[in-house]
Amino acid sequence: MPLIEVKDVSLAYDTPAGRVQGVLGATFNMEESEFLCLVGPSGCGKSTLLNIIAGFLTPTGGEILIGGKKVSGHGMDRGVVFQDFAQLFPWRTALGNVAFGLEMKGIGKEEREEIALQQLKLVKLEKFANSYPHHLSGGMQQRVAIARALAYNPAVLLMDEPFAALDAMTRDDMQRLLADVWKTTGKTIIYVTHNVAEAVYLADRVIVMTPHPGTVKAEIPITLPRPRDPLSVEFLDHQKQLLNYLGQGTSKAA
Amino acid sequence: MTMVAQTGANTGVQGNKTPDPAKRAASWRAVRRAAITIGLALATYELIARTGSFPRALLPTLPMIVRTLFAMLLDGSMLMHSLYTLYRVLFGFFLAMVVGIPLGILMARFRRVEQFFLPLVSALMPIPSFALVPLFMLWFGIGNLTTIIIVFYAATFPMIFNTWSGVRSVNPLWLRAAGAMGADEHKLFWKVIIPGASPFIITGMRQSFLRAWIAVVGAEMIAASNWGLGWVIFDAKEFLNADIMLASLAVIGFIGFAFERLVFGSLERNTVMRWGMMRSAKS
Repeated sequence: MPLIEVKDVSLAYDTPAGRVQGVLGATFNMEESEFLCLVGPSGCGKSTLLNIIAGFLTPTGGEILIGGKKVSGHGMDRGVVFQDFAQLFPWRTALGNVAFGLEMKGIGKEEREEIALQQLKLVKLEKFANSYPHHLSGGMQQRVAIARALAYNPAVLLMDEPFAALDAMTRDDMQRLLADVWKTTGKTIIYVTHNVAEAVYLADRVIVMTPHPGTVKAEIPITLPRPRDPLSVEFLDHQKQLLNYLGQGTSKAA
Repeated sequence: MTMVAQTGANTGVQGNKTPDPAKRAASWRAVRRAAITIGLALATYELIARTGSFPRALLPTLPMIVRTLFAMLLDGSMLMHSLYTLYRVLFGFFLAMVVGIPLGILMARFRRVEQFFLPLVSALMPIPSFALVPLFMLWFGIGNLTTIIIVFYAATFPMIFNTWSGVRSVNPLWLRAAGAMGADEHKLFWKVIIPGASPFIITGMRQSFLRAWIAVVGAEMIAASNWGLGWVIFDAKEFLNADIMLASLAVIGFIGFAFERLVFGSLERNTVMRWGMMRSAKS
């Protein structure tokens, strides 16, 4: 049985301009420890779909099962990382942020700080455990956010363009780090991005979405060996294939 | 809202505790500048007082005021007056926090509470607390009760308004993240909403205290007897004791300044400024 089943999920909402079909009939399954990327241009419903899986939005049609259980509202079986650096609590240190979920679970101070420190080690930030977020760079803040979402050991990690606001060099480092974290933890990850190269670098499988209405257009497995070389011919081939699905052929690459 | 500007400017100078010599020198310069301004004002006063154009009893010289101040400090009367005033102001201020913070939070969280209280708050807030003193005297008599209620009245509204704004401005991403990590309503309240709104709540406390301090002195003039800094000033007019008035004014100014700088300034430095939720002013 797959870990996650997304069954015919739709979400429509009303805007001043009329009813908009944000997501229409999205269907796919996910195995445990799989790394899945949702790719598409803005407005294709990829973030909306992620927010439905996270339980922040309720679908107007269809359902989502995680471990056979229907999703309703958010729950601790899912960890979420947002794009905005401001997601961290400024009044808590890096360690305090990472320990938050464990604190909500009712785990004692000593134990949760020990676990939080391990998580910070995973993202190579143990030296900054006692720093407040405003003293950390954007990339470091996103690493704290990843550690925070992993700390209470959710079954699935949901990431909504977590590196989109970072500069290109930092983003490359972060992608490598995330690939390492995934390899170490074996987490099931759903990762939303509009960056095709990022998807090819990270994913086992890419789900391509297109807008108006937001629908799943294609599912493309990426079987390249890891760690992946973004400059290899095979890598670029996959990128080209994705861009073609997005209707953005080589002439006007994303 | 003018008080925001006042309190905000204060934090700039002493905002940093770093032993950085350049910053320390800048801080000393600021202290020196302040000393020069105040020194000039005092010197001007002293000059006018010494021209003899006005009766000494109405315009006492600085040494006379200082002598009176020391005499009142030594015989303990100034301490008693200050303690009475502090008791009233802190009691009223405490009540204002106990009522204002929860009410502000409830108004921001629940539409119906907001709809019910907002017209009431908007209607009552512009009434100067001083204008209510005679009425409250009729109702509650002369003494601590009336002054405390006046202080409470003056201090509650800035507390409500700032808390209300603060809670509404809490970043929704924090609520989302905390919800995703399993925070229930209770935890959300204490662990996210309160600290998230803290810059506004602390500003509310500062404004609230300032208004409480202004209100207590006014209320004491009419509605207190025998003790209190406001009462002693008002009482001194009977005997043309301008020196007592001015000495008491100096104490009022000093206590207000000490609270503003030491209590609220350090509260701000150790919380919202440390967290980077509020910054000190750039030079």
